[in-house]
Amino acid sequence: MQTSPGTAATILPIGSDADLAWARHQVRQAAAALGFGLVQQTKLITAASELARNTLVHGGGGHLEITPVAHGKARGLRLSFVDTGPGIRDLELAMTDGYTTGGGLGLGLSGARRLVHEFRVDTRPGGGTTVTVVMWLAGMPVPRPGTG
Amino acid sequence: MSVPSPGYAAPVPVLALGDVLLVTLQGDLHDDTAERLRQDLTRRIARHSGGRVTGVVIDISGVEVVDSYLGRVLAEIAASARLLAARTVLTGMRPAVAITLVELGLTLPGLLTALDVERALELLSGPDPAGARAPDAEGGG
Amino acid sequence: MSEHDAAPGAAAQQVRAFLERRREQIAQRWADAPLFRTVFTVSRDEAVEASKAVADALAAVAASGRLEDITAAGYGTVREQLGRTAAARARTGCSPARIADEVAALRAPAAELLRAEFPDPAAPRAQECLLALALLMGTLRLVVMETALSTGEDLIERQRQQLLEATTPVIKLWDGIIAVPLIGTLDSARSQVVMENLLDAVVAERARYAILDITGVPTVDSLVAQHLMKTVAAARLMGAECVVSGIRPAIAQTIVHLGIDLGAIVTRARLSDALVYALRRLDVEISGPVPAVAGRP
Repeated sequence: MQTSPGTAATILPIGSDADLAWARHQVRQAAAALGFGLVQQTKLITAASELARNTLVHGGGGHLEITPVAHGKARGLRLSFVDTGPGIRDLELAMTDGYTTGGGLGLGLSGARRLVHEFRVDTRPGGGTTVTVVMWLAGMPVPRPGTG
Repeated sequence: MSVPSPGYAAPVPVLALGDVLLVTLQGDLHDDTAERLRQDLTRRIARHSGGRVTGVVIDISGVEVVDSYLGRVLAEIAASARLLAARTVLTGMRPAVAITLVELGLTLPGLLTALDVERALELLSGPDPAGARAPDAEGGG
Repeated sequence: MSEHDAAPGAAAQQVRAFLERRREQIAQRWADAPLFRTVFTVSRDEAVEASKAVADALAAVAASGRLEDITAAGYGTVREQLGRTAAARARTGCSPARIADEVAALRAPAAELLRAEFPDPAAPRAQECLLALALLMGTLRLVVMETALSTGEDLIERQRQQLLEATTPVIKLWDGIIAVPLIGTLDSARSQVVMENLLDAVVAERARYAILDITGVPTVDSLVAQHLMKTVAAARLMGAECVVSGIRPAIAQTIVHLGIDLGAIVTRARLSDALVYALRRLDVEISGPVPAVAGRP
Protein backbone atom coordinates (compact mmCIF):
# COMPACT_ATOMS: atom_id res chain seq x y z
CA MET A 1 0.00 0.00 0.00
CA GLN A 2 1.34 3.39 -0.87
CA THR A 3 -0.01 6.83 -0.41
CA SER A 4 -0.41 8.77 -3.59
CA PRO A 5 1.64 11.93 -3.52
CA GLY A 6 -0.07 15.18 -2.70
CA THR A 7 -3.04 13.69 -0.88
CA ALA A 8 -3.21 14.85 2.68
CA ALA A 9 -4.79 12.96 5.51
CA THR A 10 -7.82 14.35 7.31
CA ILE A 11 -7.57 14.00 11.07
CA LEU A 12 -10.69 14.07 13.24
CA PRO A 13 -10.97 13.84 17.01
CA ILE A 14 -13.12 11.08 18.53
CA GLY A 15 -14.19 12.18 21.97
CA SER A 16 -17.98 12.27 22.01
CA ASP A 17 -21.22 11.11 20.42
CA ALA A 18 -21.25 14.16 18.21
CA ASP A 19 -17.73 13.29 17.04
CA LEU A 20 -18.99 9.88 15.89
CA ALA A 21 -21.66 11.54 13.78
CA TRP A 22 -19.10 13.97 12.38
CA ALA A 23 -16.71 11.12 11.59
CA ARG A 24 -19.45 9.28 9.67
CA HIS A 25 -20.20 12.46 7.78
CA GLN A 26 -16.54 13.01 6.85
CA VAL A 27 -16.03 9.39 5.76
CA ARG A 28 -19.09 9.70 3.54
CA GLN A 29 -17.73 12.87 1.96
CA ALA A 30 -14.34 11.31 1.31
CA ALA A 31 -15.84 8.10 -0.09
CA ALA A 32 -18.24 9.98 -2.35
CA ALA A 33 -15.43 12.22 -3.60
CA LEU A 34 -13.44 9.14 -4.63
CA GLY A 35 -16.42 7.77 -6.54
CA PHE A 36 -17.46 4.91 -4.26
CA GLY A 37 -20.88 3.43 -5.06
CA LEU A 38 -23.74 3.65 -2.59
CA VAL A 39 -23.33 0.13 -1.20
CA GLN A 40 -19.59 0.51 -0.72
CA GLN A 41 -20.07 3.91 0.87
CA THR A 42 -22.61 2.50 3.29
CA LYS A 43 -20.36 -0.43 4.20
CA LEU A 44 -17.39 1.84 4.81
CA ILE A 45 -19.35 4.36 6.89
CA THR A 46 -20.87 1.57 8.96
CA ALA A 47 -17.45 0.03 9.57
CA ALA A 48 -16.16 3.49 10.52
CA SER A 49 -19.04 3.96 12.93
CA GLU A 50 -18.31 0.63 14.65
CA LEU A 51 -14.59 1.31 14.93
CA ALA A 52 -14.95 4.94 16.01
CA ARG A 53 -17.31 3.81 18.75
CA ASN A 54 -14.72 1.24 19.84
CA THR A 55 -12.13 4.02 20.01
CA LEU A 56 -14.51 6.10 22.10
CA VAL A 57 -15.86 3.42 24.42
CA HIS A 58 -12.88 1.10 24.86
CA GLY A 59 -9.98 3.38 24.04
CA GLY A 60 -11.24 6.35 25.99
CA GLY A 61 -11.26 8.47 22.84
CA GLY A 62 -8.61 9.20 20.25
CA HIS A 63 -8.61 10.23 16.63
CA LEU A 64 -9.49 9.09 13.11
CA GLU A 65 -7.21 9.57 10.14
CA ILE A 66 -8.77 9.49 6.66
CA THR A 67 -6.28 9.05 3.81
CA PRO A 68 -6.87 8.44 0.09
CA VAL A 69 -4.53 5.68 -1.09
CA ALA A 70 -3.39 4.29 -4.44
CA HIS A 71 -1.94 0.97 -5.46
CA GLY A 72 -1.09 0.84 -9.13
CA LYS A 73 -4.33 1.85 -10.80
CA ALA A 74 -6.50 0.99 -7.83
CA ARG A 75 -7.84 3.83 -5.67
CA GLY A 76 -9.06 3.50 -2.15
CA LEU A 77 -9.58 5.03 1.22
CA ARG A 78 -7.67 4.19 4.37
CA LEU A 79 -9.11 4.86 7.81
CA SER A 80 -6.99 4.63 10.94
CA PHE A 81 -8.59 4.69 14.38
CA VAL A 82 -6.02 5.54 17.01
CA ASP A 83 -6.39 5.55 20.78
CA THR A 84 -4.00 5.51 23.71
CA GLY A 85 -6.28 3.43 25.90
CA PRO A 86 -5.61 0.16 27.71
CA GLY A 87 -5.16 -1.87 24.51
CA ILE A 88 -6.76 -5.19 23.76
CA ARG A 89 -5.50 -8.05 25.92
CA ASP A 90 -6.87 -10.95 23.89
CA LEU A 91 -7.19 -9.86 20.28
CA GLU A 92 -8.43 -13.23 19.05
CA LEU A 93 -11.22 -13.16 21.60
CA ALA A 94 -12.08 -9.55 20.77
CA MET A 95 -12.39 -10.51 17.11
CA THR A 96 -14.98 -13.19 17.89
CA ASP A 97 -18.59 -12.55 16.89
CA GLY A 98 -20.70 -11.81 19.92
CA TYR A 99 -17.80 -11.09 22.27
CA THR A 100 -18.42 -7.83 24.07
CA THR A 101 -17.20 -5.88 27.04
CA GLY A 102 -19.07 -2.70 26.22
CA GLY A 103 -22.70 -3.75 26.35
CA GLY A 104 -23.13 -3.82 22.57
CA LEU A 105 -23.82 -6.74 20.30
CA GLY A 106 -20.15 -7.65 20.13
CA LEU A 107 -20.07 -7.10 16.38
CA GLY A 108 -17.80 -4.05 16.43
CA LEU A 109 -14.43 -5.46 15.39
CA SER A 110 -15.52 -8.71 13.77
CA GLY A 111 -18.39 -7.08 11.91
CA ALA A 112 -16.35 -4.14 10.68
CA ARG A 113 -13.73 -6.54 9.36
CA ARG A 114 -16.30 -8.16 7.08
CA LEU A 115 -17.28 -4.79 5.60
CA VAL A 116 -13.86 -3.72 4.30
CA HIS A 117 -11.12 -5.12 2.08
CA GLU A 118 -8.19 -4.77 4.44
CA PHE A 119 -8.20 -4.83 8.19
CA ARG A 120 -5.35 -4.59 10.69
CA VAL A 121 -5.20 -4.17 14.45
CA ASP A 122 -2.06 -3.03 16.25
CA THR A 123 -2.45 -3.19 19.98
CA ARG A 124 -0.35 -3.57 23.12
CA PRO A 125 -1.66 -3.97 26.66
CA GLY A 126 -1.35 -0.48 28.10
CA GLY A 127 -0.04 0.88 24.82
CA GLY A 128 -3.21 1.83 23.00
CA THR A 129 -4.85 0.43 19.91
CA THR A 130 -4.73 1.36 16.23
CA VAL A 131 -7.21 -0.21 13.85
CA THR A 132 -6.50 0.42 10.16
CA VAL A 133 -8.94 -0.49 7.40
CA VAL A 134 -8.80 0.02 3.64
CA MET A 135 -11.62 -0.04 1.14
CA TRP A 136 -10.79 -0.19 -2.58
CA LEU A 137 -12.99 1.19 -5.30
CA ALA A 138 -15.02 -1.57 -6.95
CA GLY A 139 -14.23 -2.43 -10.54
CA MET A 140 -10.51 -2.07 -9.95
CA PRO A 141 -8.05 -4.90 -9.65
CA VAL A 142 -8.01 -5.08 -5.88
CA PRO A 143 -4.90 -6.10 -3.98
CA ARG A 144 -6.64 -8.28 -1.46
CA PRO A 145 -4.71 -10.11 1.20
CA GLY A 146 -6.68 -12.53 3.37
CA THR A 147 -9.53 -10.71 4.98
CA GLY A 148 -11.25 -13.75 6.44
CA MET B 1 -26.65 4.66 30.32
CA SER B 2 -29.69 6.62 31.50
CA VAL B 3 -27.73 9.74 32.33
CA PRO B 4 -29.17 12.55 30.22
CA SER B 5 -26.47 13.85 27.90
CA PRO B 6 -25.82 17.42 26.85
CA GLY B 7 -28.63 18.41 24.54
CA TYR B 8 -27.12 18.05 21.10
CA ALA B 9 -29.35 15.19 20.07
CA ALA B 10 -32.84 16.29 19.09
CA PRO B 11 -35.61 13.98 20.27
CA VAL B 12 -37.49 11.88 17.73
CA PRO B 13 -41.23 12.64 17.49
CA VAL B 14 -43.59 9.71 18.12
CA LEU B 15 -46.97 9.81 16.40
CA ALA B 16 -50.00 7.89 17.70
CA LEU B 17 -52.25 6.43 14.97
CA GLY B 18 -55.06 4.77 16.89
CA ASP B 19 -53.44 1.91 18.74
CA VAL B 20 -50.23 2.11 16.71
CA LEU B 21 -47.21 4.29 17.43
CA LEU B 22 -45.39 5.60 14.37
CA VAL B 23 -41.78 6.75 14.48
CA THR B 24 -39.96 8.22 11.51
CA LEU B 25 -36.20 8.26 11.76
CA GLN B 26 -34.25 10.67 9.56
CA GLY B 27 -30.62 11.16 8.65
CA ASP B 28 -27.75 10.43 11.00
CA LEU B 29 -28.92 9.35 14.42
CA HIS B 30 -26.75 10.04 17.45
CA ASP B 31 -26.33 7.24 19.95
CA ASP B 32 -28.02 9.42 22.58
CA THR B 33 -31.04 10.09 20.40
CA ALA B 34 -31.51 6.40 19.71
CA GLU B 35 -31.22 5.53 23.37
CA ARG B 36 -33.69 8.24 24.35
CA LEU B 37 -36.14 7.02 21.70
CA ARG B 38 -35.95 3.53 23.19
CA GLN B 39 -36.85 4.85 26.65
CA ASP B 40 -39.57 7.10 25.23
CA LEU B 41 -41.26 4.31 23.31
CA THR B 42 -41.12 1.81 26.15
CA ARG B 43 -42.66 4.38 28.49
CA ARG B 44 -45.41 5.29 26.04
CA ILE B 45 -46.36 1.68 25.34
CA ALA B 46 -46.55 0.96 29.05
CA ARG B 47 -48.42 4.15 29.93
CA HIS B 48 -50.94 4.18 27.10
CA SER B 49 -53.75 3.26 29.48
CA GLY B 50 -56.77 4.37 27.39
CA GLY B 51 -56.56 1.65 24.80
CA ARG B 52 -53.49 -0.47 24.63
CA VAL B 53 -50.78 -0.01 22.03
CA THR B 54 -50.82 -3.03 19.76
CA GLY B 55 -48.04 -2.05 17.41
CA VAL B 56 -45.03 0.14 16.79
CA VAL B 57 -43.95 1.11 13.28
CA ILE B 58 -40.42 2.44 12.85
CA ASP B 59 -39.83 3.93 9.43
CA ILE B 60 -36.13 4.07 8.55
CA SER B 61 -36.46 4.95 4.86
CA GLY B 62 -34.66 8.20 5.64
CA VAL B 63 -31.77 6.51 7.42
CA GLU B 64 -28.54 6.03 5.49
CA VAL B 65 -26.55 4.08 8.07
CA VAL B 66 -27.60 1.50 10.63
CA ASP B 67 -24.69 0.23 12.69
CA SER B 68 -24.71 -2.39 15.43
CA TYR B 69 -25.53 0.20 18.08
CA LEU B 70 -28.70 1.39 16.36
CA GLY B 71 -29.44 -2.22 15.45
CA ARG B 72 -29.24 -3.20 19.11
CA VAL B 73 -31.52 -0.31 20.11
CA LEU B 74 -34.10 -1.35 17.50
CA ALA B 75 -33.96 -4.97 18.67
CA GLU B 76 -34.41 -3.83 22.27
CA ILE B 77 -37.41 -1.68 21.37
CA ALA B 78 -39.01 -4.71 19.73
CA ALA B 79 -38.21 -6.91 22.73
CA SER B 80 -39.69 -4.52 25.29
CA ALA B 81 -42.73 -3.89 23.08
CA ARG B 82 -43.18 -7.64 22.92
CA LEU B 83 -43.20 -7.86 26.70
CA LEU B 84 -45.98 -5.28 26.67
CA ALA B 85 -47.92 -7.25 24.05
CA ALA B 86 -47.16 -4.97 21.12
CA ARG B 87 -45.55 -5.88 17.81
CA THR B 88 -42.81 -3.80 16.19
CA VAL B 89 -42.44 -3.44 12.42
CA LEU B 90 -39.38 -1.94 10.81
CA THR B 91 -40.11 -0.40 7.42
CA GLY B 92 -38.37 1.17 4.46
CA MET B 93 -34.86 -0.13 4.98
CA ARG B 94 -32.71 0.87 2.02
CA PRO B 95 -30.98 -1.87 -0.03
CA ALA B 96 -27.48 -0.61 0.82
CA VAL B 97 -28.33 -0.63 4.52
CA ALA B 98 -29.80 -4.14 4.31
CA ILE B 99 -26.72 -5.49 2.50
CA THR B 100 -24.44 -3.88 5.05
CA LEU B 101 -26.38 -5.22 8.05
CA VAL B 102 -26.29 -8.75 6.67
CA GLU B 103 -22.54 -8.49 6.06
CA LEU B 104 -22.13 -7.10 9.56
CA GLY B 105 -23.91 -10.16 10.88
CA LEU B 106 -26.98 -8.32 12.13
CA THR B 107 -30.17 -9.87 10.76
CA LEU B 108 -32.54 -8.64 13.49
CA PRO B 109 -34.53 -11.89 13.72
CA GLY B 110 -36.91 -10.52 16.35
CA LEU B 111 -38.19 -7.70 14.18
CA LEU B 112 -41.04 -7.80 11.70
CA THR B 113 -40.30 -5.91 8.49
CA ALA B 114 -42.35 -4.29 5.75
CA LEU B 115 -41.61 -2.37 2.56
CA ASP B 116 -43.41 0.79 3.67
CA VAL B 117 -45.61 2.20 6.41
CA GLU B 118 -48.81 1.27 4.57
CA ARG B 119 -47.79 -2.39 4.45
CA ALA B 120 -46.67 -2.24 8.05
CA LEU B 121 -50.09 -1.05 9.18
CA GLU B 122 -51.66 -3.79 7.06
CA LEU B 123 -49.43 -6.34 8.74
CA LEU B 124 -50.31 -5.07 12.20
CA SER B 125 -54.05 -5.18 11.48
CA GLY B 126 -53.69 -8.89 10.69
CA PRO B 127 -53.66 -11.67 13.27
CA ASP B 128 -50.77 -11.78 15.70
CA PRO B 129 -48.99 -15.09 15.23
CA ALA B 130 -47.95 -16.56 18.55
CA GLY B 131 -44.41 -15.70 19.41
CA ALA B 132 -44.33 -12.84 16.90
CA ARG B 133 -41.22 -14.13 15.22
CA ALA B 134 -40.13 -13.56 11.64
CA PRO B 135 -43.01 -13.37 9.15
CA ASP B 136 -42.83 -16.98 8.03
CA ALA B 137 -45.73 -18.34 10.02
CA GLU B 138 -48.56 -16.04 9.05
CA GLY B 139 -50.94 -15.56 6.15
CA GLY B 140 -51.14 -18.40 3.61
CA GLY B 141 -53.87 -19.96 1.47
CA MET C 1 15.43 9.72 -11.69
CA SER C 2 19.06 8.71 -12.13
CA GLU C 3 20.98 8.82 -15.35
CA HIS C 4 23.06 5.90 -16.42
CA ASP C 5 26.81 6.16 -15.91
CA ALA C 6 27.65 4.43 -19.18
CA ALA C 7 25.49 6.81 -21.16
CA PRO C 8 26.69 10.25 -20.26
CA GLY C 9 24.99 13.26 -21.76
CA ALA C 10 27.27 13.43 -24.78
CA ALA C 11 26.37 9.97 -26.13
CA ALA C 12 22.68 10.58 -25.54
CA GLN C 13 22.88 13.86 -27.46
CA GLN C 14 24.71 12.14 -30.30
CA VAL C 15 21.98 9.52 -30.46
CA ARG C 16 19.38 12.28 -30.50
CA ALA C 17 21.15 13.94 -33.43
CA PHE C 18 21.33 10.59 -35.20
CA LEU C 19 17.60 9.91 -34.68
CA GLU C 20 16.74 13.31 -36.12
CA ARG C 21 19.12 13.09 -39.06
CA ARG C 22 18.25 9.52 -40.02
CA ARG C 23 14.57 9.81 -39.20
CA GLU C 24 13.46 8.93 -42.71
CA GLN C 25 15.71 5.86 -43.11
CA ILE C 26 14.85 4.53 -39.67
CA ALA C 27 11.14 4.95 -40.31
CA GLN C 28 11.43 3.16 -43.66
CA ARG C 29 13.05 0.16 -42.01
CA TRP C 30 10.70 0.08 -39.04
CA ALA C 31 7.69 0.20 -41.32
CA ASP C 32 8.70 -3.26 -42.54
CA ALA C 33 9.10 -4.64 -39.02
CA PRO C 34 6.29 -6.98 -37.85
CA LEU C 35 4.99 -4.53 -35.24
CA PHE C 36 3.99 -1.89 -37.77
CA ARG C 37 3.54 -4.09 -40.84
CA THR C 38 0.88 -6.25 -39.22
CA VAL C 39 -1.14 -3.31 -37.95
CA PHE C 40 -0.98 -0.98 -40.92
CA THR C 41 -1.82 -3.59 -43.50
CA VAL C 42 -3.60 -1.22 -45.86
CA SER C 43 -1.16 1.64 -46.23
CA ARG C 44 2.59 1.44 -45.87
CA ASP C 45 2.71 5.25 -45.68
CA GLU C 46 0.78 5.10 -42.44
CA ALA C 47 3.28 2.64 -41.04
CA VAL C 48 6.09 5.01 -42.02
CA GLU C 49 4.32 7.94 -40.38
CA ALA C 50 3.76 5.95 -37.19
CA SER C 51 7.42 4.94 -37.20
CA LYS C 52 8.50 8.56 -37.60
CA ALA C 53 6.38 9.55 -34.62
CA VAL C 54 8.15 6.92 -32.54
CA ALA C 55 11.57 8.07 -33.73
CA ASP C 56 10.69 11.67 -32.86
CA ALA C 57 9.56 10.65 -29.42
CA LEU C 58 12.76 8.71 -28.82
CA ALA C 59 14.77 11.74 -29.93
CA ALA C 60 12.90 13.86 -27.39
CA VAL C 61 13.70 11.37 -24.64
CA ALA C 62 17.36 11.23 -25.70
CA ALA C 63 17.45 15.02 -25.57
CA SER C 64 16.28 14.92 -21.97
CA GLY C 65 19.04 12.42 -21.17
CA ARG C 66 16.64 10.27 -19.10
CA LEU C 67 17.11 7.14 -21.18
CA GLU C 68 16.00 4.72 -18.51
CA ASP C 69 13.08 6.66 -17.09
CA ILE C 70 9.79 5.20 -18.30
CA THR C 71 8.05 8.31 -17.01
CA ALA C 72 10.16 10.63 -19.20
CA ALA C 73 7.99 13.16 -20.98
CA GLY C 74 8.93 11.96 -24.47
CA TYR C 75 7.47 8.51 -23.83
CA GLY C 76 4.04 10.09 -23.45
CA THR C 77 3.65 10.31 -27.22
CA VAL C 78 5.10 6.84 -27.68
CA ARG C 79 2.70 5.50 -25.11
CA GLU C 80 -0.23 6.81 -27.07
CA GLN C 81 1.11 5.93 -30.50
CA LEU C 82 2.46 2.48 -29.73
CA GLY C 83 -0.29 1.91 -27.19
CA ARG C 84 -2.84 2.00 -30.00
CA THR C 85 -0.65 -0.21 -32.15
CA ALA C 86 -0.14 -2.68 -29.34
CA ALA C 87 -3.85 -2.67 -28.51
CA ALA C 88 -4.59 -3.49 -32.14
CA ARG C 89 -2.10 -6.35 -31.96
CA ALA C 90 -3.59 -7.51 -28.65
CA ARG C 91 -7.06 -7.65 -30.20
CA THR C 92 -5.78 -10.08 -32.80
CA GLY C 93 -4.75 -12.34 -29.94
CA CYS C 94 -1.14 -11.27 -29.64
CA SER C 95 0.26 -11.67 -26.14
CA PRO C 96 1.99 -8.75 -24.40
CA ALA C 97 5.21 -10.78 -24.42
CA ARG C 98 5.02 -11.19 -28.19
CA ILE C 99 4.35 -7.48 -28.61
CA ALA C 100 7.36 -6.72 -26.42
CA ASP C 101 9.47 -8.96 -28.66
CA GLU C 102 8.26 -7.09 -31.71
CA VAL C 103 9.22 -3.81 -30.10
CA ALA C 104 12.63 -5.25 -29.26
CA ALA C 105 13.01 -6.19 -32.91
CA LEU C 106 13.04 -2.47 -33.79
CA ARG C 107 16.46 -2.12 -32.20
CA ALA C 108 18.48 -4.08 -34.74
CA PRO C 109 17.66 -1.97 -37.84
CA ALA C 110 18.27 1.27 -35.92
CA ALA C 111 21.52 -0.02 -34.43
CA GLU C 112 22.70 -1.04 -37.85
CA LEU C 113 22.18 2.48 -39.17
CA LEU C 114 23.88 3.95 -36.13
CA ARG C 115 26.90 1.68 -36.51
CA ALA C 116 27.23 2.80 -40.10
CA GLU C 117 27.65 6.38 -38.86
CA PHE C 118 31.05 5.54 -37.41
CA PRO C 119 34.18 4.82 -39.46
CA ASP C 120 35.27 2.44 -36.69
CA PRO C 121 32.25 0.86 -34.99
CA ALA C 122 34.55 -0.65 -32.36
CA ALA C 123 35.72 2.79 -31.16
CA PRO C 124 34.72 3.65 -27.56
CA ARG C 125 32.56 6.52 -28.72
CA ALA C 126 30.58 4.30 -31.08
CA GLN C 127 30.13 1.73 -28.33
CA GLU C 128 28.81 4.41 -25.99
CA CYS C 129 26.29 5.57 -28.56
CA LEU C 130 25.17 2.01 -29.31
CA LEU C 131 24.75 1.40 -25.61
CA ALA C 132 22.70 4.59 -25.26
CA LEU C 133 20.47 3.46 -28.13
CA ALA C 134 20.12 0.02 -26.56
CA LEU C 135 19.05 1.61 -23.27
CA LEU C 136 16.58 3.83 -25.05
CA MET C 137 15.05 0.90 -26.93
CA GLY C 138 14.97 -1.23 -23.78
CA THR C 139 13.01 1.42 -21.96
CA LEU C 140 10.69 1.76 -24.94
CA ARG C 141 10.01 -1.97 -24.70
CA LEU C 142 9.06 -1.57 -21.05
CA VAL C 143 6.78 1.35 -21.82
CA VAL C 144 4.94 -0.58 -24.51
CA MET C 145 4.73 -3.68 -22.35
CA GLU C 146 3.20 -1.66 -19.54
CA THR C 147 0.74 0.05 -21.87
CA ALA C 148 -0.28 -3.23 -23.48
CA LEU C 149 -0.88 -4.85 -20.12
CA SER C 150 -3.00 -2.03 -18.75
CA THR C 151 -5.01 -1.75 -21.98
CA GLY C 152 -5.76 -5.45 -21.69
CA GLU C 153 -6.79 -5.06 -18.07
CA ASP C 154 -9.11 -2.17 -18.86
CA LEU C 155 -10.71 -4.12 -21.68
CA ILE C 156 -11.23 -7.23 -19.58
CA GLU C 157 -12.61 -5.20 -16.68
CA ARG C 158 -15.07 -3.37 -18.95
CA GLN C 159 -16.27 -6.57 -20.59
CA ARG C 160 -16.58 -8.29 -17.24
CA GLN C 161 -18.77 -5.47 -15.94
CA GLN C 162 -20.96 -5.51 -19.05
CA LEU C 163 -21.34 -9.25 -18.79
CA LEU C 164 -22.35 -8.97 -15.15
CA GLU C 165 -25.08 -6.48 -15.95
CA ALA C 166 -26.31 -8.39 -18.96
CA THR C 167 -26.57 -11.76 -17.28
CA THR C 168 -28.64 -10.78 -14.28
CA PRO C 169 -31.98 -9.35 -15.43
CA VAL C 170 -34.77 -8.81 -12.94
CA ILE C 171 -38.23 -9.61 -14.29
CA LYS C 172 -41.56 -8.46 -12.92
CA LEU C 173 -43.90 -11.46 -12.92
CA TRP C 174 -46.91 -9.94 -11.20
CA ASP C 175 -47.82 -6.93 -9.13
CA GLY C 176 -45.57 -7.35 -6.12
CA ILE C 177 -43.67 -10.37 -7.48
CA ILE C 178 -40.27 -10.21 -9.17
CA ALA C 179 -37.92 -12.95 -10.36
CA VAL C 180 -34.24 -13.30 -11.19
CA PRO C 181 -33.49 -16.31 -13.38
CA LEU C 182 -29.84 -17.07 -12.75
CA ILE C 183 -27.95 -18.72 -15.59
CA GLY C 184 -24.33 -19.81 -15.49
CA THR C 185 -21.73 -19.89 -12.79
CA LEU C 186 -22.18 -17.63 -9.82
CA ASP C 187 -18.98 -16.13 -8.53
CA SER C 188 -18.60 -13.67 -5.74
CA ALA C 189 -18.72 -10.55 -7.93
CA ARG C 190 -21.78 -11.72 -9.82
CA SER C 191 -23.60 -12.72 -6.65
CA GLN C 192 -23.01 -9.19 -5.42
CA VAL C 193 -24.55 -7.71 -8.57
CA VAL C 194 -27.49 -10.12 -8.34
CA MET C 195 -28.13 -9.10 -4.76
CA GLU C 196 -27.97 -5.37 -5.49
CA ASN C 197 -30.16 -5.62 -8.61
CA LEU C 198 -32.72 -7.73 -6.81
CA LEU C 199 -32.96 -5.43 -3.80
CA ASP C 200 -33.19 -2.32 -5.98
CA ALA C 201 -36.02 -3.98 -7.90
CA VAL C 202 -37.78 -4.81 -4.62
CA VAL C 203 -37.92 -1.08 -3.93
CA ALA C 204 -38.75 -0.02 -7.49
CA GLU C 205 -41.54 -2.59 -7.95
CA ARG C 206 -42.69 -2.54 -4.33
CA ALA C 207 -42.24 -6.30 -4.52
CA ARG C 208 -43.31 -8.39 -1.58
CA TYR C 209 -41.95 -11.56 -3.13
CA ALA C 210 -38.67 -12.09 -4.96
CA ILE C 211 -37.99 -15.40 -6.69
CA LEU C 212 -34.40 -16.51 -7.22
CA ASP C 213 -34.47 -19.22 -9.84
CA ILE C 214 -31.24 -21.22 -9.96
CA THR C 215 -32.34 -23.79 -12.55
CA GLY C 216 -29.58 -22.57 -14.85
CA VAL C 217 -26.82 -22.63 -12.25
CA PRO C 218 -24.57 -25.65 -12.80
CA THR C 219 -23.12 -25.97 -9.32
CA VAL C 220 -23.71 -24.50 -5.92
CA ASP C 221 -20.76 -24.45 -3.55
CA SER C 222 -20.76 -23.16 -0.02
CA LEU C 223 -19.83 -19.65 -1.17
CA VAL C 224 -22.79 -19.45 -3.54
CA ALA C 225 -25.12 -20.89 -0.92
CA GLN C 226 -23.85 -18.26 1.49
CA HIS C 227 -24.59 -15.52 -1.03
CA LEU C 228 -28.09 -16.85 -1.57
CA MET C 229 -28.70 -16.80 2.15
CA LYS C 230 -27.34 -13.26 2.44
CA THR C 231 -29.66 -12.11 -0.34
CA VAL C 232 -32.62 -13.73 1.38
CA ALA C 233 -31.68 -12.12 4.70
CA ALA C 234 -31.22 -8.66 3.16
CA ALA C 235 -34.57 -8.88 1.34
CA ARG C 236 -36.26 -9.86 4.60
CA LEU C 237 -34.78 -6.83 6.35
CA MET C 238 -36.40 -4.69 3.66
CA GLY C 239 -39.74 -6.38 4.11
CA ALA C 240 -39.73 -8.76 1.16
CA GLU C 241 -39.66 -12.54 1.11
CA CYS C 242 -37.32 -14.52 -1.15
CA VAL C 243 -38.22 -17.87 -2.66
CA VAL C 244 -35.45 -19.98 -4.17
CA SER C 245 -36.61 -22.21 -6.99
CA GLY C 246 -34.97 -24.66 -9.37
CA ILE C 247 -32.72 -26.49 -6.93
CA ARG C 248 -31.89 -29.60 -9.00
CA PRO C 249 -31.49 -32.92 -7.19
CA ALA C 250 -27.72 -32.93 -7.67
CA ILE C 251 -27.46 -29.46 -6.18
CA ALA C 252 -29.75 -30.42 -3.30
CA GLN C 253 -27.39 -33.31 -2.54
CA THR C 254 -24.35 -31.05 -2.66
CA ILE C 255 -26.02 -28.65 -0.27
CA VAL C 256 -26.72 -31.49 2.14
CA HIS C 257 -23.16 -32.79 1.78
CA LEU C 258 -21.72 -29.35 2.49
CA GLY C 259 -23.77 -29.25 5.64
CA ILE C 260 -25.41 -25.98 4.63
CA ASP C 261 -28.69 -25.28 6.36
CA LEU C 262 -31.15 -23.71 3.96
CA GLY C 263 -33.88 -24.40 6.50
CA ALA C 264 -34.82 -20.75 6.94
CA ILE C 265 -35.28 -20.29 3.19
CA VAL C 266 -38.49 -21.00 1.32
CA THR C 267 -37.69 -23.28 -1.63
CA ARG C 268 -39.79 -24.61 -4.47
CA ALA C 269 -38.94 -27.16 -7.14
CA ARG C 270 -39.77 -25.01 -10.14
CA LEU C 271 -40.13 -21.32 -10.93
CA SER C 272 -43.85 -21.90 -11.59
CA ASP C 273 -44.28 -23.45 -8.14
CA ALA C 274 -42.59 -20.44 -6.58
CA LEU C 275 -44.90 -18.12 -8.52
CA VAL C 276 -47.96 -20.06 -7.32
CA TYR C 277 -46.67 -19.83 -3.75
CA ALA C 278 -46.23 -16.05 -4.01
CA LEU C 279 -49.59 -15.51 -5.73
CA ARG C 280 -51.40 -17.47 -3.02
CA ARG C 281 -49.67 -15.46 -0.31
CA LEU C 282 -50.85 -12.30 -2.07
CA ASP C 283 -54.38 -13.73 -2.05
CA VAL C 284 -54.50 -13.85 -5.83
CA GLU C 285 -57.04 -16.40 -6.90
CA ILE C 286 -55.78 -19.03 -9.30
CA SER C 287 -58.49 -20.84 -11.24
CA GLY C 288 -58.06 -24.05 -13.16
CA PRO C 289 -55.21 -26.48 -12.69
CA VAL C 290 -51.94 -25.04 -11.54
CA PRO C 291 -49.79 -24.60 -14.66
CA ALA C 292 -47.10 -27.23 -15.05
CA VAL C 293 -44.43 -25.08 -16.65
CA ALA C 294 -41.21 -26.96 -17.12
CA GLY C 295 -38.52 -25.82 -14.78
CA ARG C 296 -35.64 -26.75 -17.05
CA PRO C 297 -34.18 -24.60 -19.78
